[in-house]
Amino acid sequence: MSKLTRRAFITTGIVAGGGLVVGVALRPGNQVKDLAAKLGDEGANLVHAYVKIDSDNVITAVIPHAEMGQGAQTALGQMLAEELDADWDQVKLEEAPAIGEYAMYAAGRRYLLAGIDFPNLVIPTVDGMMMRVADTLNMQITGGSMSVRTTGTLVMRTAGAATRQMLQQAAADAWDVPVAEVLTEKSHLIHGATNRREPYAAFATEVAAMTPSYTPTFKDAADYKIVGTHKPRHDIPAKVDGSVKFAMDIQLPNMVYASVVRSPVPGGSLVEIDDSAARSIDGVIDVIVIPATTVNNMLGDTLSSESVAVVADSYWSANKAIKELKLQWSEVGFESVSSDGIFAQFNSDISAGTERQADHVQGESSSAFSSAAKVIDADYHVPFLAHTCMEPLNATADVRDGRCEVWIGCQNPLGFRRDIAATLGMDPENVTLHNQSMGGGFGRKARPDWALQVAYLAKEVGRPVQLIWSREEDVRQDFYRPAVQSRFRAAFDEQDNLLAWENTYTNKNEPIEAPLIPYAIPAQDIGYVSSPVHIPFGAWRSVDHSQHGFFTESFIDEVANAAGKDAFEFRADLLKDSPRHLAILTRVAEEAQWSRPLPEGRGRGISLQESFGSLVAQVVEVTVTEGDVSVDRVVAVIDPGIAVAPDGIAAQLESGIIYGLTAALYGEITIENGAVVQSNFHDYQAVRMNEAPTIETHVINSGYDIGGAGEPGTPGIAPALVNAVFNATGTRVRQLPLNRFDLNAQVEETGVVG
Amino acid sequence: MSTSFWVNGVQQTVDVDPSKPLLWVIREQLALTGTKFGCGIAQCGACTVHIEGEAIRSCVTPISAIEGKQVTTIEGLRSESGDLHPLQQAWIDHQVPQCGYCQSGQLMSASALLASNPSPSDSDIDSAMQGNICRCGMYGRIRSAIKSVDSVAIASQADEKLFYDGAEVNHV
Repeated sequence: MSKLTRRAFITTGIVAGGGLVVGVALRPGNQVKDLAAKLGDEGANLVHAYVKIDSDNVITAVIPHAEMGQGAQTALGQMLAEELDADWDQVKLEEAPAIGEYAMYAAGRRYLLAGIDFPNLVIPTVDGMMMRVADTLNMQITGGSMSVRTTGTLVMRTAGAATRQMLQQAAADAWDVPVAEVLTEKSHLIHGATNRREPYAAFATEVAAMTPSYTPTFKDAADYKIVGTHKPRHDIPAKVDGSVKFAMDIQLPNMVYASVVRSPVPGGSLVEIDDSAARSIDGVIDVIVIPATTVNNMLGDTLSSESVAVVADSYWSANKAIKELKLQWSEVGFESVSSDGIFAQFNSDISAGTERQADHVQGESSSAFSSAAKVIDADYHVPFLAHTCMEPLNATADVRDGRCEVWIGCQNPLGFRRDIAATLGMDPENVTLHNQSMGGGFGRKARPDWALQVAYLAKEVGRPVQLIWSREEDVRQDFYRPAVQSRFRAAFDEQDNLLAWENTYTNKNEPIEAPLIPYAIPAQDIGYVSSPVHIPFGAWRSVDHSQHGFFTESFIDEVANAAGKDAFEFRADLLKDSPRHLAILTRVAEEAQWSRPLPEGRGRGISLQESFGSLVAQVVEVTVTEGDVSVDRVVAVIDPGIAVAPDGIAAQLESGIIYGLTAALYGEITIENGAVVQSNFHDYQAVRMNEAPTIETHVINSGYDIGGAGEPGTPGIAPALVNAVFNATGTRVRQLPLNRFDLNAQVEETGVVG
Repeated sequence: MSTSFWVNGVQQTVDVDPSKPLLWVIREQLALTGTKFGCGIAQCGACTVHIEGEAIRSCVTPISAIEGKQVTTIEGLRSESGDLHPLQQAWIDHQVPQCGYCQSGQLMSASALLASNPSPSDSDIDSAMQGNICRCGMYGRIRSAIKSVDSVAIASQADEKLFYDGAEVNHV
């Protein structure tokens, strides 16, 4: 019991009368019976909350995460099937329904109780408690690159291994042989001495009545047959013939269509409406004002401000009519705010340093700066960014007879269900949410505002309603990756050794470690000031890493240059005591042939970024011709600890790089008169086929804890790109996007101030 | 006003506003939902279909413009015997789709390219595919998948697609 800390005792609430009372009441026990009843027909063949075995010995893994193209469902299925010793060719995957039993209890154990090493004795109780916590908080979030590293590691493996143990026990009982002699292989139970071999299905009934272990024995990684091998993704065949169902593809009898519009300045409410022209358009059924709603969840408050919807017999008519509405919105006090004003505010707030909060302080940075032989400084900026998922926000809802049914593709089904219920004044039990494949998510689809709109509309109209946001609404009513300014100073001694690193930036979000650096710099002072803006914040692929990766990996390049050192060698010297970081940096330099000279006009840049439990190093090669940058090649190495689905990880790396490259080259949401200027792909561009570089990916299985895959590819591309531009031209780009930067006009060296 | 045209070899007559875009007729009237709405202004390519074998953006094509024409959507890309188009198989082999939302449009652009140019160069691929955005960034896989397709197979499949020729409609 020595490992059990006092904090763990208090947290689990299992100390009574000075002795240990294992919280039996909290233990999840056998969930199958209750669950099967709740799932109706869907609950047939359930033998464990996450496992079904049908009479043909087909095994279905129930996956408590949504699919938005990241491939997590297949990877999670692999993890369960591996521990279950299932026949992968006979494994199906099914997304868990949006009910409390499938809330993410593992995230609770991993993050809320982080750092506590629970003994096996109390794990069932802790998990049972976290199931209640997750259920209460409606945690069913797909994001944070958490699916595989958290749910996979803690839930899917446990479910697979526990089910296998129960199967072995059931067979041992039936065959009257010692359980240790019952082996498993490809969904079959085997007893060699008596020459028995039966499919798992033969024992499904017995297993369904048993109580699963929460501390089963896991396989040794060396014995993996499914994890770590390439398994084609289960969701892909339906994505090549048009048969996959996104929410917009749901068609219900008697259904009508809606388009919506909100105040261009966030938070405005309706003052006056003239809808006569809109109502006169053929097919228009009604014009409905949707009241403002605020919901609160794990991600903070989400304001779904007042909006106006046109309901019609066709989306095309509804959206045509939306443009005919004459609307006057209230003033909210931000009508004169512009991007320039926001950046001026950031600059003065950083300079004032008011209530600066420290992220990390070590050594004596102020004395290092006062005694330094040389100091360089630089200010970096990034703009707001929209998500622009390929699939514009949309959902279909039917609200009748005190019940609500919603078809939507979202990153938090259980949370959305709760928020919809609150909006409609219903018990969540009366809301059924059918989560669909998402046409991209990137963080946007964790915010429920459009779900609240469609639920309200369906209630008002009394018929099924399909709400589709125009692309213009999608770009202008996002929750944005914040605009950020970051100021750096670096101090050197007379031998150009780096003494100190100082960094102050605006507005901190998550993950908290995003601005930290892996380099051994004796004195560091990293912190932030608060500089509030009215543009709503949203998690955007890799969240704060998306900006800090650009800032810190660009400035370290400036520092290397100021010290007269090679960008790779300089980093490597500062990573001598970080073998995992050094290994990946060295690997990318080798793969990219870092030291091979490039012709005139071409350049090479490097970056290293740790995020979401994985490390990514990138080398980018560019050609700069008369100020135009062409991105020729990206070499990327990821160390995700263990690659559960190696091709899936490579695909995520490619995807994260292009997503980050779009932002680096083009991504800019500007604010004028308090409102977003951009509206569609013509003025909020995306990288296209003709601009996409060759991407070479390499995966290192280091054996460390499993890290994330969906986000870690994104942060490192922008810094590697601007570092390559510097290498090619001598011009340092400190402000994104690159296409707003005139490389012909601006030739500037690093800002040496002392 | 009624408009008649062929979709995947089947004759269709719809009575809608002649300015209604083909995209919304395909989705709402014909319930073929594989063709996607992405931008509404011919910028993203998610709505790409073939008209007389040529890739076009259905979100900006009024239904009146296709009177009597042959339209192929993603649902009609398989061969008549139901086999996947070689590109669809290549998409699976190369694990191309991530979210998949743009892929109907990508496949329609790529299949129109290969029908006229069975062995496209990189720059042919660039020009044929640059109208199709993939926010998941699977351009490298799309390119590899297109290049992997056997040009002989494509040429023989194009011959099978008789319904591009209005005179020889198969499924009406």
